[in-house]
Amino acid sequence: MTTTTSLLVPRRPGPLWLLAEVTYRCPLHCAFCYNPVDFAQAGPELATEDWLKVIREAREMGAAQFGISGGEPLLRDDIEILVDEARKLGFYTNLITSGVGLTEGRLAALKEAGLDHIQLSFQDATREANDLITNTRTFELKRKVAAMTKAAGYPTVINCVLHRTNIDHLDRIIEMAVEIGAEYLELANTQYHGWAFLNREALMPTAAQLAEAEAVTERWKAKLGKKMRILFVTPDYQSKKPKKCMNGWGEVFLSVTPDGLALPCHTARMLPGLEFPDVREHTLDWIWHESPLFNRFRGTAWLPETCQSCEDKEKDHGGCRCQAFMLTGNADATDPVCPKSPDHALIDAALAKAEQAATVKPLVFRDPKNSRALDRAF
Amino acid sequence: MSTVGARPAINRLFRFQWEPAQQAHVLLYPEGMVKLNQSAGEILKRCDGERSVQEIVADLEAAFNASGLTADVEAFLKMADEQNWIEWSPTAPTRPSVAAPQGGAGLPWDGPAEDLP
Repeated sequence: MTTTTSLLVPRRPGPLWLLAEVTYRCPLHCAFCYNPVDFAQAGPELATEDWLKVIREAREMGAAQFGISGGEPLLRDDIEILVDEARKLGFYTNLITSGVGLTEGRLAALKEAGLDHIQLSFQDATREANDLITNTRTFELKRKVAAMTKAAGYPTVINCVLHRTNIDHLDRIIEMAVEIGAEYLELANTQYHGWAFLNREALMPTAAQLAEAEAVTERWKAKLGKKMRILFVTPDYQSKKPKKCMNGWGEVFLSVTPDGLALPCHTARMLPGLEFPDVREHTLDWIWHESPLFNRFRGTAWLPETCQSCEDKEKDHGGCRCQAFMLTGNADATDPVCPKSPDHALIDAALAKAEQAATVKPLVFRDPKNSRALDRAF
Repeated sequence: MSTVGARPAINRLFRFQWEPAQQAHVLLYPEGMVKLNQSAGEILKRCDGERSVQEIVADLEAAFNASGLTADVEAFLKMADEQNWIEWSPTAPTRPSVAAPQGGAGLPWDGPAEDLP
């Protein structure tokens, strides 16, 4: 034991939420993906046994939520084994999938293993638009999968990422969710990480587009009430409200990358000068409590002066570390989406650019070839 | 909906369980968890789609050697219904409502619940 915690001081609680990003492989090539641009250079994927160790250790520390994501997690053939173990240990298990690869057989096996929940991603309401942004032909398949999961007794929970090229179809997107019989629809405006940052200009909606989307959402919410819940997640850039990294760096969330690195948020591996602990070399207990990474931006003591004197510092912890780094080159800076940030002009400039339709750049799709050619984190 | 004859059950979107790390009953749902206080846990534990509200109240009064819990239980179930935590058994027979006894809540009621991120 290398712990330095005094017996008199209660230890901080463990993570509540374990996210397993089991693979970076994906049949879709979405230009808004938050995965690192250089994902193709990541090390080999963890073995089933490694994942089982992570699941057991996290549950022992009190984690109650187990999410499986990627990439497309169904490209691995051991998801059923992971769900089975997690469910046996008392985890609430959640599969986050594009639906590609979800056959009747696999769905039955996942149900048998005790999978609690499936979150299905939709990209757009028409075949043309869906196939354009994903750079695939997957539109009909997604509707089929939605019907299949519903028939298996799962509530239909759909996530749709909004951006410049689909936000004007929102009325039709919501209508489609109603037709499918969704209980829950999350409309997540693109957050600019990874590939989405690379494609920021092409993805960022205008202020008018966003205002219209909010109005459309409100109309549907009033009409649907409890029949289908809609959550509209406002984009940081436009809301100008910095958000804590996953409810606070190292407070509730622990993510593991396909190649075994433990992270305090989905995208932290882009941050410079940090050592990312490998789950095969360390226990999750050490990683959570002792590792320099998980302590690096914990709490508020490290905050820059702009934030130290701010009354909202406990609420937002200075905002997103990755956003601060991507925009300013300094991971310790105040998140520039905050109007009090000395770098806030960068946000205003990006928003102003979104209003100039003529300058929009073409999309760069998320695939291994582009990943290797670009050779950068974001 | 919260008539005493109706039979509440945990909504299938949630899972109700005892969580050792929290030393509490919790409701788990996608990417979230509601940590329940003792009262809420004891009531939801009995929401099995079999027992009527009346039976739940009687059961709690016996277990905690208390009386007059109807109003507290109904208030909690109303809140739980608004939060979507429970659904009502469609086969619930309609039974005559009993008048809620006044006062004397003996259950260690400590507010509804604490929402965790």
